[in-house]
Amino acid sequence: MTNETTKDLVDVSSHEGPVETPSAQPPALPDDKTAVATEPAVERDGVIQTQNMDIYYGSFKAVHDVNLNFQFNEISALIGPSGCGKSTVLRSLNRMNDLIPTARTEGVVTYHGENIYAPGVDPVAVRRRIGMVFQKPNPFPKSIYQNIIWGAKINGFKGSKAEADDLVENALQQAAIWDEVKDKLQESGLSLSGGQQQRLCIARAIATQPDVVLMDEPCSALDPIATLRIEELMLELKQNYSIIIVTHNMQQAARVSDKTAFFNIELSNEGQRTGELVEFTPTDQLFTAPKEKATEDYITGRFG
Amino acid sequence: MTDQALHDPGMGQKLRSSRNVTERIILVTLLVCGAISIATTLGILWTLGTESLLFFRDPEVTITDFFLTTAWSPQAGSFGIWPLILGTLLITVIALLVAIPIGLCAAIYLSEYASPRVRGFFKPVLEILVGIPTVVFGFFAITFMTPILRGIFGNDVVGFFNVLSAGIVVGILIIPLVSSLSEDALSAVPDSLRQAAYAMGASKLETSLRVVVPAALSGIAAGVVIAMSRAVGETMVVTLAAGASPRNFMFGQESLWDIVNPFVGAQTMTGYIVITASGDLSYNTIDYNSIFAIGLTLFFMTLGLNSLSRRIVKRYRQEYE
Amino acid sequence: MSVEAPERLEIQEHFPTDAEYDKLLGKKNRKGLIAKMFFMAALATAVLALAALLYTIVNESFGLVAQVNQNEPEDIVASFGYDPSTTALADLSYDELVESLGGGISTNVGRRLEREQRFYADKLVFESDELWAEICSSDEPPAGCDSSPRDHAGVLQLVNERIVQPDIIAAANLVPSLLDPQAFEEDVEVTFANTPERFPDYTFDQVQFQWRAWLNPTFLVTPQSTAPETTGIRTAILGTLWLVIITITFAVPVGVGAAIYLEEFARPSRFNDFVQTNINNLAGVPSIIYGMLGLAIFVRALEALTSGAIFGIEQANGRTVLSAGLTMGLLTLPVVIISSQEALRAVPNSLRQAGLGVGATKWQTVRSQVLPVAIPGILTGVILALARAIGETAPLILVGAASFITADPTGPFSKFTALPIQIFQWTALPQFEWQHLAAAASLTLLILLLILNAGAVILRNRYSRRPQ
Repeated sequence: MTNETTKDLVDVSSHEGPVETPSAQPPALPDDKTAVATEPAVERDGVIQTQNMDIYYGSFKAVHDVNLNFQFNEISALIGPSGCGKSTVLRSLNRMNDLIPTARTEGVVTYHGENIYAPGVDPVAVRRRIGMVFQKPNPFPKSIYQNIIWGAKINGFKGSKAEADDLVENALQQAAIWDEVKDKLQESGLSLSGGQQQRLCIARAIATQPDVVLMDEPCSALDPIATLRIEELMLELKQNYSIIIVTHNMQQAARVSDKTAFFNIELSNEGQRTGELVEFTPTDQLFTAPKEKATEDYITGRFG
Repeated sequence: MTDQALHDPGMGQKLRSSRNVTERIILVTLLVCGAISIATTLGILWTLGTESLLFFRDPEVTITDFFLTTAWSPQAGSFGIWPLILGTLLITVIALLVAIPIGLCAAIYLSEYASPRVRGFFKPVLEILVGIPTVVFGFFAITFMTPILRGIFGNDVVGFFNVLSAGIVVGILIIPLVSSLSEDALSAVPDSLRQAAYAMGASKLETSLRVVVPAALSGIAAGVVIAMSRAVGETMVVTLAAGASPRNFMFGQESLWDIVNPFVGAQTMTGYIVITASGDLSYNTIDYNSIFAIGLTLFFMTLGLNSLSRRIVKRYRQEYE
Repeated sequence: MSVEAPERLEIQEHFPTDAEYDKLLGKKNRKGLIAKMFFMAALATAVLALAALLYTIVNESFGLVAQVNQNEPEDIVASFGYDPSTTALADLSYDELVESLGGGISTNVGRRLEREQRFYADKLVFESDELWAEICSSDEPPAGCDSSPRDHAGVLQLVNERIVQPDIIAAANLVPSLLDPQAFEEDVEVTFANTPERFPDYTFDQVQFQWRAWLNPTFLVTPQSTAPETTGIRTAILGTLWLVIITITFAVPVGVGAAIYLEEFARPSRFNDFVQTNINNLAGVPSIIYGMLGLAIFVRALEALTSGAIFGIEQANGRTVLSAGLTMGLLTLPVVIISSQEALRAVPNSLRQAGLGVGATKWQTVRSQVLPVAIPGILTGVILALARAIGETAPLILVGAASFITADPTGPFSKFTALPIQIFQWTALPQFEWQHLAAAASLTLLILLLILNAGAVILRNRYSRRPQ
């Protein structure tokens, strides 16, 4: 535990990055990015796309007409005030909403061009390719080794013990936690600190060989030092995975994401609060020259 | 303004009111109520202990005989307890073989698969089994279970008194213990673990069996041990259905089948106590004292099982945090 | 931030191909479905077992019987001038019943009956007044001298037993009786034809086939008798009632008091922890051990007290309903304590603090603020504990419940029997009639428990909806 903190302290002091600013001002950008508003003329199809997606809980419309195009090997952030449906949207991308009996998704969500909500598509098959990390770290009460290999095994991994060991080591390496746990793989996953547990969960998600990782407020239960580690990790991982994160921390979105989607709550005529996508733009542009007034109001702290 | 006007010399008296005396009396009364529970335990130990002592002091009986010989025939002067323990164990094992699969699987269904409405209906229905007096279960064993078993296996194979009938019915009667405690344990597993498993592409069965049940194992085990304790202490079903013949045996002389044959009767510890006590029982006979010796053994067995169950829960409670 | 990400391991070859995964998924889904069916089947089995038990009890409590009466009840009714098709034997008045009894039994038998229990408080039926006074002032007067006179149900039973003398020679269960009543009659006829020695005293013509509800209102109010056709469970019900009263009187004050002590007054200490653990342990002790405790302490050691000898009752031993009630009290005590503790714990702390804040003492706060709020919960717990106690048999056997008594319990020092004891006795008897009676008694007990539990549930629901 002490190792981690001193290491992070050292890192923080030499870190060239944004400084926490009071919320009245829009978050400062990293030095090496310029606020140029450029948009590609034609956007190619991303790894996950949604078209006219509506999500209902029973008769309550939680989210209305979402159109998104998540690119390969990018980090996309979903931000917005509480209750705007950003977590609901995230969970619809790997059909986790199916677990809620009253939830219903309409519209098209494509993964590599295939509609995952088409009749006949098994959600179990969808989820093995799209990993998920949750807000509160939730490692299984098994050993660290077991945590990693379990997902692979149930998805049909058929390697020898040595190959399994390789898989575990590789996943833990990618999650930047291998050095810390390599001598205690048989210990319970719960014996780690909060930040370590979350990195374990990231490793666990990666071990099933997904190419997309969804993260639902992955750092909100962690302290700032652990948060920083995870953010660094995200930037490393984006080289091999496409990452979509939900965060209520605008500064975090500004730090790590390439594109940011801003959701807002619309009050319908009947008084229903439905979430809507306001805009989905490259991050630097969204935070310096947002297209919509609502976005600007949110990021400057006028509401939310 | 002088100091005298500020201080009330009677304040000390006022703060110490006479109500304290009543308080004290009440407190002592309540304390006595609590102490009665301790008196009960002491009473049990004292009673069982002293009468057992009388039993062991009788020249016909020795402690080594009691714990080391394997024939229980009071008329013949043999007082080895093992046949009675054997009877109790046979019935307990059969009961657990019935109650654990049914109870655990029903609990898994209610906790992981059933909608809240279904669960809200069936959980109380299972609780009904708990409320039915065991003597009625005994009636059920004789009137329903034994005839069915004799019909299936034949009247010559299955005796009128048989361990299987009693064991199955005791198993039925402890199902709610297993199912209720298991279901509580399964429901207590945080949903985040299930979500993590589903998010990796696990099916419901894989999640339930390979994540939730292992996580709830300590609670399930505790429930099983409690159910076992209940089966050991069960009296009426075994008295009515398993009969009054202790299964005496001698190592080397009987086959394994003779020892574990479930199709004939075998008296249990509790059965012996009831039969002996309901006959003509005069105090200070060896028969009278013998039931206390058996009772003492029974008491420690159930006490040990109950303590084990509590220890399991305490030890493994920090499962998820 | 500029560290190279480690190579993503290309071990796709150990993961299934898409085609292989489809097969794997298919297998998973099939296994999942089978498992779900299996789990549901487990639940269904448990419910079926319960249903089988209830079915067995109801099935044996009603049905057709083949009965032969020495004297027909209709004849007796007609002899008083009533129309037998509208009037039953039970509708006759007390005097008429006594009269018909007297007409059918010898004077000696009548005297014996009167000495057991009189028929009228003010006059004698079989005995002469002088002889009666002589007997009653002798050294060992018979029971009838002191006891209250018989009642309608008791004399009706006598008339049935001694005059009508019904003999049930065969009985069928409810479902066969409903589905195929002919088969039963034919069976009996065939038995008479092939093996007449089974019923040596009768011919088939004498047999009447009628519907019998082994559980019927008369059954509930009639005392015990040796003949299964005329027996009732009144003695047992009254015994159970007495037990309940004594158990409550002992267990509720002591149990609630102990709970109040543990929850409101006791500071965490090794002693109090020990008391709590002890109570939890006691709740798990088998009931038969409590029976043994009761036997040694209440029946034997405290015989002077529990037999009533202290109060001058003679020829007494400790096997009284008082001993049994105290034993059951000890049995229910831990459960009452634990459930009362839970009820007290559920009372919000703000109430206690409000009470103490206005200067009330601990006890005053408890008595006027906490207790009233906790009472419904405590009451529910008591009712449920009582429901469990009512069904207990083993402790009662140990403490000396009588297997056969006809006299109703009159006080705490009476001999007694109880519902579960009757069920136990009758189940163990070989004759088929007793099996039906055991079923009827079981049904009675279950209905009683149903009422109690329903009461507890209603109580709990009503008071948990109250705004706090």
